[in-house]
Amino acid sequence: MLLTLTSRQAPATDLGHLLSKHPDRCQTFELAYGRAHVFYPEASPERCTAALLLDLDPVGLVRGRRPGPDAGTLAQYVNDRPYIGSSFLSVAIAQVFRTALKGSSKSRPELAQATLPLEATVSAVPSRSGEGFLRGLFEPLGYQVDATRVALDERFDEWGPSPYFELTVRGDKRVSELLSHLYVLLPVLDGQKHYWVGQDEVDKMLAHGAGWLEQHPLRELILRRGLKHKRRLFQAAMERLLADDDAEPEETEDARAEEEAAIERPLRLDDARRGAVQEILHEVGATRVIDLGCGEGRLMAALLKEARYTLVAGMDVSARALEIAAERLHLDDMSERKRARVQLFQGALTYRDERLKGFDAACLIEVIEHLDPPRLEALERVVFGHAAPPAVVVTTPNVEHNVLFEGMPAGRLRHRDHRFEWTRAEFQAWASQVAARHHYEVRFGGIGADHPEHGPPTQVAVFTRGGEA
Amino acid sequence: MSVIRVPKLCLVVLVGPSGSGKSTFARQHFLPTEVLSSDYCRGLVADDENDQAATQDAFDVLHYIAKKRLAAGRLVVVDATNVQAEARRPLLALAKEHDVLPVAIVLNLPEEVCQARNAQRPDRAFGPHVVRQHRHQLRRALRGLKREGFRQITVLDSEEAVAAATVERVPLWNDRREERGPFDIIGDVHGCFDELTALLGKLGYIVAGGPEDPRAHHPEGRKAVFLGDLVDRGPASPAVLRLAMRMVADGAALAVPGNHDAKLLRKLNGKQVQPRHGLAETLAQLEGEPEELLDRVRRFIDGLVSHLVLDEGRLVVAHAGLKEAYQGRASGRVRSFCLYGDTDGEIDSFGLPVRHDWAAEYRGAATVVYGHTPVPTADWVNRTICIDTGCVFGGRLTALRYPERELVEVPAARVYYEPVRPLEPAPQPHLRSDHDVDITDVTGKRIIITRLRGNVMVRAENGAAALEAMSRFAVDPRWLIYLPPTMSPSETRAEGEELEHPEETFGYFQTHEVEQVICEEKHMGSRAVLVVCRDEDAAHRRFGIQGDGLGVMYTRTGRPFFSDKALEQALLTRVRDALQGAGFFERFATEWFCLDAELMPWSAKAQALLREQYAPVGASAGASLARATEALARAAARTPDAAPLLARFEARRDAVTRYTEAYRRYCWPVEGLQGLRLAPFHLLASEGAVHTDADHVWHMETLAELTRADPELFHPTAYRVVDLGDAAQRAEATAWWSARTAAGSEGMVVKPLAWITRGPRGLVQPALKCRGREYLRIIYGPEYTLPEHLERLRSRGLQAKRGLALREFALGLEALHRFVEREPLYRVHECVFGVLAMESEPVDPRL
Repeated sequence: MLLTLTSRQAPATDLGHLLSKHPDRCQTFELAYGRAHVFYPEASPERCTAALLLDLDPVGLVRGRRPGPDAGTLAQYVNDRPYIGSSFLSVAIAQVFRTALKGSSKSRPELAQATLPLEATVSAVPSRSGEGFLRGLFEPLGYQVDATRVALDERFDEWGPSPYFELTVRGDKRVSELLSHLYVLLPVLDGQKHYWVGQDEVDKMLAHGAGWLEQHPLRELILRRGLKHKRRLFQAAMERLLADDDAEPEETEDARAEEEAAIERPLRLDDARRGAVQEILHEVGATRVIDLGCGEGRLMAALLKEARYTLVAGMDVSARALEIAAERLHLDDMSERKRARVQLFQGALTYRDERLKGFDAACLIEVIEHLDPPRLEALERVVFGHAAPPAVVVTTPNVEHNVLFEGMPAGRLRHRDHRFEWTRAEFQAWASQVAARHHYEVRFGGIGADHPEHGPPTQVAVFTRGGEA
Repeated sequence: MSVIRVPKLCLVVLVGPSGSGKSTFARQHFLPTEVLSSDYCRGLVADDENDQAATQDAFDVLHYIAKKRLAAGRLVVVDATNVQAEARRPLLALAKEHDVLPVAIVLNLPEEVCQARNAQRPDRAFGPHVVRQHRHQLRRALRGLKREGFRQITVLDSEEAVAAATVERVPLWNDRREERGPFDIIGDVHGCFDELTALLGKLGYIVAGGPEDPRAHHPEGRKAVFLGDLVDRGPASPAVLRLAMRMVADGAALAVPGNHDAKLLRKLNGKQVQPRHGLAETLAQLEGEPEELLDRVRRFIDGLVSHLVLDEGRLVVAHAGLKEAYQGRASGRVRSFCLYGDTDGEIDSFGLPVRHDWAAEYRGAATVVYGHTPVPTADWVNRTICIDTGCVFGGRLTALRYPERELVEVPAARVYYEPVRPLEPAPQPHLRSDHDVDITDVTGKRIIITRLRGNVMVRAENGAAALEAMSRFAVDPRWLIYLPPTMSPSETRAEGEELEHPEETFGYFQTHEVEQVICEEKHMGSRAVLVVCRDEDAAHRRFGIQGDGLGVMYTRTGRPFFSDKALEQALLTRVRDALQGAGFFERFATEWFCLDAELMPWSAKAQALLREQYAPVGASAGASLARATEALARAAARTPDAAPLLARFEARRDAVTRYTEAYRRYCWPVEGLQGLRLAPFHLLASEGAVHTDADHVWHMETLAELTRADPELFHPTAYRVVDLGDAAQRAEATAWWSARTAAGSEGMVVKPLAWITRGPRGLVQPALKCRGREYLRIIYGPEYTLPEHLERLRSRGLQAKRGLALREFALGLEALHRFVEREPLYRVHECVFGVLAMESEPVDPRL
């Protein structure tokens, strides 16, 4: 929240002209969420330092906001916003140093266009991935970077380090350059913006990034984080950025391919799983299917495309997921005939439910591992004991396969909410007991690339009863 | 004068031509709301009572309303001509569907009377042929009504007969609600005479007469209730019959028939039946008995009603049980349910019918006691219990004392009959469907009736939010017998340095005319509810949970307190040992306790929160404000107008230092149990008791015994009682609060001395918190004490929070009471679910 700008180009006090803030005064500016103060801790011909001190109103920050699921820590009074360099600081730069940011100066127009030995220090910036990221952002722009980590709490070393650094960048830059870099990159470090990010944010980022962002090796990351991970905005920004990009094209292609692979690897497994489940449903001859834990309705959408399925139902415990599913399936503007084939409702697998009866097959796709093991007993009673459809398809991760995932630390599960991941033996033991208790037959299989030792990434059990399959 | 007796619950179908006076008759003898008129329904759908084109729609409406009324157990009178068989058919179907008797009352008046009446009504100018046709159809109807299925038919042939008729409502045969007991309900006897007399003796009956002329009565007038299957398989069916018949005749017993009794009746009535499943034994024993006995047996069994509704509707007895929709109803399928249970014709590998688990789905208010299926032990499932413990197969003969709900048993002298299929063992937990709650028990808009606060409404959208929280994160519902209510702070202080202060806290209780309060030290840790059993067996017996340790410790939203199960059990074992050491299990005659407590340090549970939110704020603020004050100090040395700013930022820096000190007080390292401190403040419940009748001093003193038993784990809670009328005591308590909070304590909780206190404006808040100035930095931010912030923070609304606190308080205690009273799981769960649902209401989280 304290940004200092230092010039060592004699006469250094010209910095006052460049920022159009007099070195002998302490000035205050009103901002939407508080105030900004500008003053000069030192102002000599050899060295002049201007300070922009952000004085955010922590109460106004919270009171002006409705608490909600998306509000995050911004809705809380105990909040690092007032104390770190963030989008608030960018806004303050744009407002308080408006002409300097544009590269103009009434009293020293030629100096505004000149490179000077400049130095900027931000008292605390977050960088969760460490000092390297700070260097990665600023060094390609020609800065010398100093980053000193702030201790989290010296009383409790066991809590680990804080994510904050005092950041100093030094370089021969135009004032406007330095300010533009800070303007674009500070919110990237934070990964949050305190205001609504819309289309105009793309314009702002590209305008202030003109001349350097398109060549920055981390430009995609900068855009993605600067645009709050809004995929559509990010794509629009990338297209515009690359439209006038004349850097070597092959490098870009490589970088993109790599990134896609990282995103798509899980997607491909997801597709494979859906395909495999469809095949199984086909084999058991199901026509009335319920997807228990349907999430956003991807399997349902696939099944609805096949006329054989006269009823496709989805149940999920998350009301939000169901909303998305309804949207994805276009439930509201579906034809009457198709709509009659779909059911979508909220429910939980630990509560007995009459609505689960009357299907020929139930799917539990990557669901059981989200339940605490003692609660599986309830799921078993609800699905196999009470609803008891002729066929049940259960998939779950095969933990043995985890060693094959690159970059996955040993012992870590695939998802934060997984309460367990089973070996093939564990899954088969559980499924066989369930089958015996409820008079099902069960067979096992795998989905995804089968490894000779570690098996496939996903394991599947198909329960049938009444002589089917 | 003729009296038409109609069952209290039935479907009355009036039959008669236009103009025969049906509506007038209905008006005279029934409530306006009981009468459904086709004319009126025609008006409803077509604005014209005589629009014949609307007839079909009108009857749809009529049938729909009739259906709703019958389902709710209310009498219906259908006022329409009903002279055609096709008009009556859907009504008969309706009666059947709701298991009520169809009753026909026919107004068979001469044609002239009908014509004359219609002539006087301008809206009935449809010509005389209509009435003629109706009369014609009626003549045919009169022949067919009985065959169609009407169980009672009354024909009134003249205006005089109509005028003289009165309607009397009679209870159904199964309606014996005036029988209030007390009862001793006896399971399937199957000819085990010796065991029966032994059991009656044990129950305090005076038994006399021997097998040839047995009789029994209870000196205090208790009544035995035989659940049927008196005969077959066992050694002395005739003697059992004699005793039961005599006791019923003497008014010492009631009885319902069993399937074996019904089969014997068919045989005695000369029907062809197969003498299997022990009937052969009975027939052999009856061989040589006088015809007079057989005749009495025939009349006795024939006179038994399939089920009885007793004790003002609170108790239902039937041989094989009875689901709610069939109780107090009469139809073939009700009778068949009573005799054979919930079967659909499926036969198992032993050739016996497969029975469905109606009891697991039972949600009725009445207790249902039944037999029929031999079980190893009599267990409550929801509000039902099967007490056939297989005496004739060498098990026991069991009686349920009602209303005491005690089981009394005698063992069988020997195995009299080998069962076709082995006695069912107690079902594995994986198959116990009564261990689950139905989704309809928690979703949708719900009204929960609480003893503390009457109806508490839970909104559907809050329930939807709670469903996710409950099913994804909470512990097994069988453990979850309580969730604590939210707690409101006291009114905000209007001026001065504090937001909260004892003066306002005491003020609230004074306003509500509470005379004495208790001030308890408020610990800053994490709220924990503990359910602790004496051992795992006790957990299984009382909570139905096996292999999940001797209890559970969960948060205020029902989540497991520790992710480490072993740590949880280690802590619970220490608590159990302390309870044992203090002699609590014996003193409270219980195998389990439910405790409300705070577990410290805060850092033990809130580690992530501290690392990711609280400490980082302190760290970044500390670093930034240090740099800011340095820079300002240098600037102020150059330009004096920076001086005020320097002062301001020094104050901010000081506030942040205090903030860091504030959260640090609630953090210390722990290693396993080492360092954990448990401060219980409510001894909520134990077997048979919710301890809300004892005041808070009792709770404090009683729980202090645990601290003495294990001072390393248990943390004492400082408290003091304050007489609110005494200014000196208030001042002392305020000084106590000031001293403690200045030293870093979170503050105090102030409660009326009695758990449940009502003031002139109703239920008083069960507790208010009064938090210290330093502690509140953790809530309102490091710098909230700066005057410009403090003034704005003073405006905060408490009403929503207070309303919520009372509703949650009522629900939480209701859950405990229901658990202690051994109510079904779903009845307990709906209350804790309600608390969780209310927590999804958007309320200022800082309060």
